[in-house]
Amino acid sequence: MSKTNKNGSFWHRLISNQMFIPLLALVLLAVINLITDPGFFRITPTVNNAGNTVLSGYLITILDYGSELAILAIGMTLVTAASGGQDISVGATIAIAGSAMLHVLCGGVARPTEIATPVIVAFLVACLVGILCGLFNGALVAIFKIQPMIATLILFTAGRSIAAWINNNELPIVPDPKFGYFGGFIPGIPIPTTVFIAAACIIVIALVLKFTNLGLYTQAVGINEKSSRLNGINPTVIKILAFVILGLCVAVAALIKVSRLSTINYSVIAKDIEMDAILAVALGGNALSGGKFNIWASILGAYVIQFLTTTLYKFQVSSDALAAYKAVVVIVLVVFSAPTVREYMSKLGKKLGAKKEVA
Amino acid sequence: MKKKLLTMLMAATMTMGLVACGNSAAPADTGADAGADTSVATETEAEAEAPAASGDLIKVGIINNDPNESGYRTANVADLKAMFTEENGYDASFAYSLKNDEQIQAAQQMIADDVDYLLLSAADTAGWDSVLQDAQAAGIHVILFDRTIDADESLYDASIVSDMAQEGKTAVDWLAGQGLDSYKVIHIQGVMGSAAQQGRSGALDEKASAESNWEIVEQQTAEWNAEKAQQIVQSVIDRGDEFNVIYAENDDMAKGAVAALDAAGISHGVGKDVIVMGFDCNKWALEELLAQNWNYDGQCNPFQASYIDEIIKTIESGSAPAQKVVIMTEKGFDATTITQEDVDTYGI
Repeated sequence: MSKTNKNGSFWHRLISNQMFIPLLALVLLAVINLITDPGFFRITPTVNNAGNTVLSGYLITILDYGSELAILAIGMTLVTAASGGQDISVGATIAIAGSAMLHVLCGGVARPTEIATPVIVAFLVACLVGILCGLFNGALVAIFKIQPMIATLILFTAGRSIAAWINNNELPIVPDPKFGYFGGFIPGIPIPTTVFIAAACIIVIALVLKFTNLGLYTQAVGINEKSSRLNGINPTVIKILAFVILGLCVAVAALIKVSRLSTINYSVIAKDIEMDAILAVALGGNALSGGKFNIWASILGAYVIQFLTTTLYKFQVSSDALAAYKAVVVIVLVVFSAPTVREYMSKLGKKLGAKKEVA
Repeated sequence: MKKKLLTMLMAATMTMGLVACGNSAAPADTGADAGADTSVATETEAEAEAPAASGDLIKVGIINNDPNESGYRTANVADLKAMFTEENGYDASFAYSLKNDEQIQAAQQMIADDVDYLLLSAADTAGWDSVLQDAQAAGIHVILFDRTIDADESLYDASIVSDMAQEGKTAVDWLAGQGLDSYKVIHIQGVMGSAAQQGRSGALDEKASAESNWEIVEQQTAEWNAEKAQQIVQSVIDRGDEFNVIYAENDDMAKGAVAALDAAGISHGVGKDVIVMGFDCNKWALEELLAQNWNYDGQCNPFQASYIDEIIKTIESGSAPAQKVVIMTEKGFDATTITQEDVDTYGI
């Protein structure tokens, strides 16, 4: 009897854990792939055209292309938790930050023969631009009390035009192959650089959450703004801070995106990535209305989305149908998180537990 | 109270915005700024001179797609802007949008402004009949450029367009001429339904179904997006499928595909494992051809301004244009024969 009790509580703990849904999705996808093609998890070393030995395979592809989304999921989770809304300008601000980075790198010339400034300077400029965009969005949300989705609609609409204007409608191409390392491989290291960049971002945010009160304050503001103010937290600052952190994530994602091809196309770079980032947050079981959050679940959610995308490409699903599959995921999530369904599930769980006890 | 003030402020800003971008004749309008933050921006080249001064200028209204759409469009817009200047005897106003309804709105505005000529590159082929009838009733000449529309020929004076199907056919014929034993093609398509996609896909589809040694390994739309093309080719490589041709419907997507090949250590270009084909003749793409990293690039001629100018001159002199539909000559470049001169002349 004690055993069944333990089982029941284990089942309950599992279901109520936030990591449950993304983990379940991950396992489901992995199993489907394993059944249809056992070679899915094979990782083989190959020599790329630059002459380096690198690892390749589906798993590497998922880790590689999932990194931007994982980085954005960090910022998006904080924004969601603090403001109870989402930033839909992420793709457009990636275009702005990327454009600014290229402008500095190429010195304002479309086809330079060598880079005008070191990459680190250009990256810092991109960070600055990301922070400014974050400040703009954050100020609209925290100070002017505009709905986050409406406030960020401004940059969503105007962002790509601003990005084009920064470079005078030119599409600069970075001549230095070293710039491609950030979105590709560093010679001698067989794992994509993007994996390290994502890992670095995750470690930084883990340290910040561990050693500061950011997480606690963000949750407090998200759950009840008034009472957090009464407890001496300034909700305005916390909300703006969340948007600024997202701005920094955007700058890092822009570095990866621009580096992948050493150039930019304002109208399509990081297109619709905001929707994937929001989906990652939802998939992580975070309430989109703010409050309690779990960043690790969001990051896992981001990789699950990339896993899904890669799987669909593998099955040669038409790429304009990808959105429909993601919509199915959204529907399942919404249904699962609906209060009535949750209640029913927990009742069912209890019933099952009771039956077992009787037996 | 605070809220009310804010609402009023917002309303005021929005109205200002509308005034700034809606009225092309407003003297205060400084095009570039308006272009940066609205999707439809009308700008006045001639900075709205006094009406008397523009009496002998030919007034043209140009409706085009967003200049940022692609390298092709950027070149197209630059070409038109260079031609329709005051020095050349034109008073031109421009409107840009990728959305058909916004373009139609801009056209109505231009008809109301009483332009002499309406130049149109329509976002969508349908929905233009009533606007063009209005234009005809107002005695405005309509000239289509770049893209054709589904409307009766009597509704426009001339059209100067690219024959996308011919572009596709030229490319496929070139590929057939390479004499490979078997063709295993990765076909990366543009935005589904666009004229460029339909024309360029059509030729390849036809050939692949007609010949027994042609096989399309993967056919996917990357929506003109290099990143998507990279992921699609990556997935084919991960799957372990064999292929020897990449047929990308524009240069950006070919570039994304090549990035995936490079990462996987698959050689590409003249005399290598994989043949790379692109379209649009961006300058950087032609340079890849010159370096023999790619094999073929099909031209899509964005320089229609001189043709349009000629037609306007003909109509102004009182006669009808010799040809109603002008199809521009377009080339295909082969990496083995391309020269630096070609890159400089045809690169956009």
